[in-house]
Amino acid sequence: MAATNPELARAGTGAPRSPLSETWRQLRGPLVYLLPAALVMLTVTFYPLVFQVWMSFTDYGVIREEGKQTLNRFGPGGLPPANYRPAEGVGLQNYTDILTNEPAFVARLGGNFDFWRILGFNLWWTFSNVGFHVSLGILIAVLLNVEGLWGRKIYRAIFILPMVLPNIVIATVWRNMFDDQYGAINQLISMIAGSPIQIRWFNQIDPPIPGIPLPLSYYAMLIANIWLGWPFMSIVATGALQSIPKEMYEAASIDGATGRQQFWSITLPLLRPAMVPAAMVGIVMTFNLFHIIYFMSGGGPLGRTEIMVTQAFRLVNVNQLYGVAAAFSVLIAAVLIPIFLITNRITRATETYDG
Amino acid sequence: MASVATTPARSGSAVRQGSSKSGRQLKWWQQALYQALCLFIGATVLFPVLWIVSMSLDPRNIARPTELNLIPPGASLDAYRQVLDRPTGNPVTFAELAMNSLRLAGGVALFALLIGVSAAYAFSRFKFPGRQYAMIAVLGITVLPAVATIAPLFALLNGIRITATLLSIALAIAGLLAAGFGLLIIVPAWRAGTAVGSTYLLGGVALLMGLILLVTAASPPANDIFILRNSLLGVGIAMISGALPFAIWNLKGYLDTIPKELEEAAIIDGASANQIFFQIVLPLSTPALAVTGFLSFTAGWTEFFLSWQFLTNPQDFTLAMALYNMTGQYAGSVPWSRFAAFSILVSLPVAIVYLMLQRYIVGGLTLGGVKG
Repeated sequence: MAATNPELARAGTGAPRSPLSETWRQLRGPLVYLLPAALVMLTVTFYPLVFQVWMSFTDYGVIREEGKQTLNRFGPGGLPPANYRPAEGVGLQNYTDILTNEPAFVARLGGNFDFWRILGFNLWWTFSNVGFHVSLGILIAVLLNVEGLWGRKIYRAIFILPMVLPNIVIATVWRNMFDDQYGAINQLISMIAGSPIQIRWFNQIDPPIPGIPLPLSYYAMLIANIWLGWPFMSIVATGALQSIPKEMYEAASIDGATGRQQFWSITLPLLRPAMVPAAMVGIVMTFNLFHIIYFMSGGGPLGRTEIMVTQAFRLVNVNQLYGVAAAFSVLIAAVLIPIFLITNRITRATETYDG
Repeated sequence: MASVATTPARSGSAVRQGSSKSGRQLKWWQQALYQALCLFIGATVLFPVLWIVSMSLDPRNIARPTELNLIPPGASLDAYRQVLDRPTGNPVTFAELAMNSLRLAGGVALFALLIGVSAAYAFSRFKFPGRQYAMIAVLGITVLPAVATIAPLFALLNGIRITATLLSIALAIAGLLAAGFGLLIIVPAWRAGTAVGSTYLLGGVALLMGLILLVTAASPPANDIFILRNSLLGVGIAMISGALPFAIWNLKGYLDTIPKELEEAAIIDGASANQIFFQIVLPLSTPALAVTGFLSFTAGWTEFFLSWQFLTNPQDFTLAMALYNMTGQYAGSVPWSRFAAFSILVSLPVAIVYLMLQRYIVGGLTLGGVKG
């Protein structure tokens, strides 16, 4: 490390130093490079996060009976408007309201809020999607890696399309494709069936599979998100596949291993080091995937497909309960931080790079 | 699913058994089976794309499509013309929406790059106390969803209200600072004869930032009191909150892969840390700068929830907000052919650049896998 670091290399010789000056000597070099980013992040990233924690213990945004609001501190002439009041501390009430689904609180949100259902659905949404992404990604990568396959380059070029288009466009296009009256999916099903069929993808409340409490809109969004997500996994898997030495397969087949045995005991184990970090990235990304849910089902029907981030947005955008939204966001962080730490542990992302 | 799982694997091995003979042919039934699979997958991938393209060419201007056809009768570009003229009910043209998105995305991407690359260099090449914690903080932020900070950002930015004149002065000072920073990067290197492509790139980015800020300063907002929250500048600041940590992390990952031998040689030749950064590391990281800048740009180009929550003046509206207004039940009387044309126009610029940068993007995304 010392030899690779210019500052350390230059200061390599010298008199013995006190610990404090040692710290300063180590900081002096990188400080100039870090300072602009550190200042910006302290102001626009970390300060808002601290402010968020404070907000989560207040009634920020709540309009009381007498019509007093907390948000707009500035009226004409820069003075507080007549109906302004500072936000008041409410202790842990926002958190207990959310975690216990307090009836009066749920009623104020329109009656469909259920924290544990949202969290459960969000986790199921994440793992079901990433499961499909990874397995389809690997299978299609293996298929395209078959030697002697015609048109491999053309297929690779086509299969990358879902990655190329912006998420928001994909979400809105799939929303319209699943439209119950004019959508392409219902028209396609009608064409195959030979008679007009109108599936109410986003409005049907009864679960299509009895016993599994997932509405039809979940399956519609699952299809859209599988379409969106597998090409990334496939590209990661292709990169890893091409680094597996062919000799391993040759040796295995000499020993009499069947294709299936080779897939399970050579291909899959050697793909693991590449696929595990990619799956971790996929898990965090899918957990926070705002666009598909918000633009396709909007959380419906009856809030059954709401995930954490769409609910957080709704708390601000529709309900204007800033304090509650802040508490809700702190809870999102509480769910994500363990996932992040596990990810960081597995991928060793923040460990020192020493080459 | 299970049947699909085993077939390609078996075939893969079957081929590899004979891979010592180069250019081996598949058996005809294998080729047919795999072609059928690939064509089926290709059809599912292409179906939405073809649907939207076909609809955008529909000249009949009907409110909603009622049948599936690849090329609609009498295909024309009418929908594109209409959408360029006036995409939504609001009296704004496509160009105005695109300009707002461009300013937002370009500003955020340039700013994040300029500030992010030096921090990434520090994380990648220096060992200093607290480095591990700082890196965990940066990476941890990239894991948190941007939506989850919308409440404090809204409240804080909503509290910043200044007069239009004061805003212009502040922006002009910031613009001059950025431009001066750009000149500081370019001029000394140029006079010393050590300027390279990336010196100009980074300096040019700073100059461009300065120019954007100066132009913004010269066109003061209509209202007398300027509310930072209700402006593209406010949305941009809120975006930087997440875009900067992302840029730092992405660039750091790339810098880690640049071999250090060149720098070691430069140290022996007596180069300073600044010289190494500008003359060795920056030129080598041009692809990473391009990719990170592009990814940040795409995020800004399609940014939705912050703009939707913050902005109330139609002249500030962005492409993503218009797209939401044209979707599903919110579309009102806007024909779907216009929605289709609009989606294509929004996607094309980023899709083309993505394909151009594809090799580098995929390399960057799979970097983590190599390290694990």
